[in-house]
Amino acid sequence: MATLMTERKRSALTQNRLPKYTPYVVAGAAIVVAAALMALVGFNVFAWALLSAILFAAGNVTSSAVVEGRRKAIDKLATSLVVGSFLVALLPLVSVIWTVLVNGIPGLLTPGFLGSSMNGVTGVQDNASVTNNTPVMGGVYHALVGSVLITLWATLISVPVGLLTSIYLVEYSAGNKFSKVITFLVDVMTGIPSIVAGLFATALFALIMGPGTKTGFVAAVALSVLMIPVVVRSSEEMLKIVPNELREASYALGVRKWRTILKIVIPTAISGIASGVTLAIARVIGETAPLLVTAGFASSINTNVFAGWMASLPTFIYTQIMTPTSPSNPDPSAQRAWAAALLLILLVMALNFGARLVARIFAPKTGR
Amino acid sequence: MSNTKLARRAGTGRTGDQVFSGAALGAGVLIVAILFAVAMFLVIQALPTFTAPRSESTGGEGFFAYIFPIVIGTLIAAMIALIIATPIGVAVALFISHYAPRSLAKGMGYVVDLLAAIPSVIYGAWGASFLASSLKGPYQWLAENLGWIPIFAGPASGTGKTILTAGIVLAVMVLPIIASLTREIFLQAPMLHQEAALALGATRWEMIRMAVLPFARGGIISAVMLGLGRALGETLAVALVLSSGPLIASWIRSGNQTIAAEIALNFPEAFGLRMHELIAAGLVLFLITLLVNVVARWIISRHKEFSGAN
Repeated sequence: MATLMTERKRSALTQNRLPKYTPYVVAGAAIVVAAALMALVGFNVFAWALLSAILFAAGNVTSSAVVEGRRKAIDKLATSLVVGSFLVALLPLVSVIWTVLVNGIPGLLTPGFLGSSMNGVTGVQDNASVTNNTPVMGGVYHALVGSVLITLWATLISVPVGLLTSIYLVEYSAGNKFSKVITFLVDVMTGIPSIVAGLFATALFALIMGPGTKTGFVAAVALSVLMIPVVVRSSEEMLKIVPNELREASYALGVRKWRTILKIVIPTAISGIASGVTLAIARVIGETAPLLVTAGFASSINTNVFAGWMASLPTFIYTQIMTPTSPSNPDPSAQRAWAAALLLILLVMALNFGARLVARIFAPKTGR
Repeated sequence: MSNTKLARRAGTGRTGDQVFSGAALGAGVLIVAILFAVAMFLVIQALPTFTAPRSESTGGEGFFAYIFPIVIGTLIAAMIALIIATPIGVAVALFISHYAPRSLAKGMGYVVDLLAAIPSVIYGAWGASFLASSLKGPYQWLAENLGWIPIFAGPASGTGKTILTAGIVLAVMVLPIIASLTREIFLQAPMLHQEAALALGATRWEMIRMAVLPFARGGIISAVMLGLGRALGETLAVALVLSSGPLIASWIRSGNQTIAAEIALNFPEAFGLRMHELIAAGLVLFLITLLVNVVARWIISRHKEFSGAN
């Protein structure tokens, strides 16, 4: 019996394996060695974590190469690289959110930031707020109004066009040549650079209304060029997964095709469509480049999308950074820019989570 | 009486059908028309640039002398972004599809997608204020130690606002695109092949190399091309991060410019010929990204029967 056990231990499957606790030992050693090295050159939490991770990976791979052989070592190396890449990819996300939070919270909490516009706020007020250490004047209300209105109009244009196109693709085209052309062009449209969409809207309105036309509506047209393909893609996917039995049951009852689509197909798919539209809104509300060339800059509230320049959150951030209100004291402008950035991130995140909520609320009722 | 009523009802139904299918078809035609119009209006508004005398263009050497350096700048920035984002993006996708614990994978995929949700202007602000200043030191080091390589030729920028910083910011923005597209493809790699490889004693990495990566090659290429399309057209990140200048080889000095940033920085004040010139630059950008996207879609459609990136 005893000999049998030893025989088994020497079998090819179990020999030359590191004990299970090896990674923990290596990790502990890596952290200690990294701390010791850091103590020599000056302590820094970030560098310490980085060095520990590298030492841990190196120790794991080397110990495996010595005991387990080349193949296992390469496997460990690949694992380290893959996990390391994921952690590296998280760094900018954490860093961006941290930077925006730290810089944005003071501005966002300033009274009047959400409720006032930049109308009448000039370098004089900014200089005064720096020298007297009073709260920063001016706010983001006009930009918020502009963003909401422009996005609303873009949605009003894109949703009917996008939804009808996806209905054509799924319900009417039966996979003909023209539908293949549309699908291809929609894919190509997804790749249009946002600034080119802005230039298109400018060029279009320059021909219709004369050069230099900059209004909120021009911006909405530019944004809908970016939004339509997103709406088409997501609605198309959603309409495709509506079971054919539902359509056939409706036809069998003598219901017309258009009423079947309106009463059966769309209500079944509405949760996916609505969440797709919400995601599309989240995508375009942060677009800056098309607004720069179409809506102009404004410092006062403008609620008319068809006349006059209009501010928006992204362009507000951009102009506050690039051309501070008071060139000698850029800090108040930077504070407003970061606060607006925080507001924009919150808005986009809210829309992203809202999309999931919408999907759940509108989900077709199953069972009783 | 009842017959005519029925007939009338049927008639209205038919009208509804015609109206509705007409509207659906019209929307489809509209999309084709929009894309055609984008190209047409850009061409029309760009034409004066090509007929104007050479001396009146920016730089005074004609449009092509003006556009050439910024096309190269655009390509350099996009290339830096892809060099960084491709390996990391593919590895992130592999991590989510094959390495992460099943229960956490979905959440992690969502976290990576959050990277894509952050607006570009915020990346630009982050790159200009945080990333550029924290890269000053490394650039100094590169200039001192690797300065003999043309792309790291010194003296390093004092602000850190260089094409390399812009490329890194672009890499962060392209990463989620590459990661989410390749993840979809990795998840569709045939499970039987993977299990067979593992059953034959392959390690996890060998299994991925033999059963997953060959399957996903076309998808990875097209994901990278779509990422390239995004990197080429990205505007604000570059406009805010890069302190632009003439075309230079060094990545760590101020200089270079991309088409999109050039338009965004100059268009608000442009009028007359300058405006037409910038629209012509936009047309060039449109054609480049169109080419990249068409090639990417073509690769995807060739691999359509066994890939998920469509």
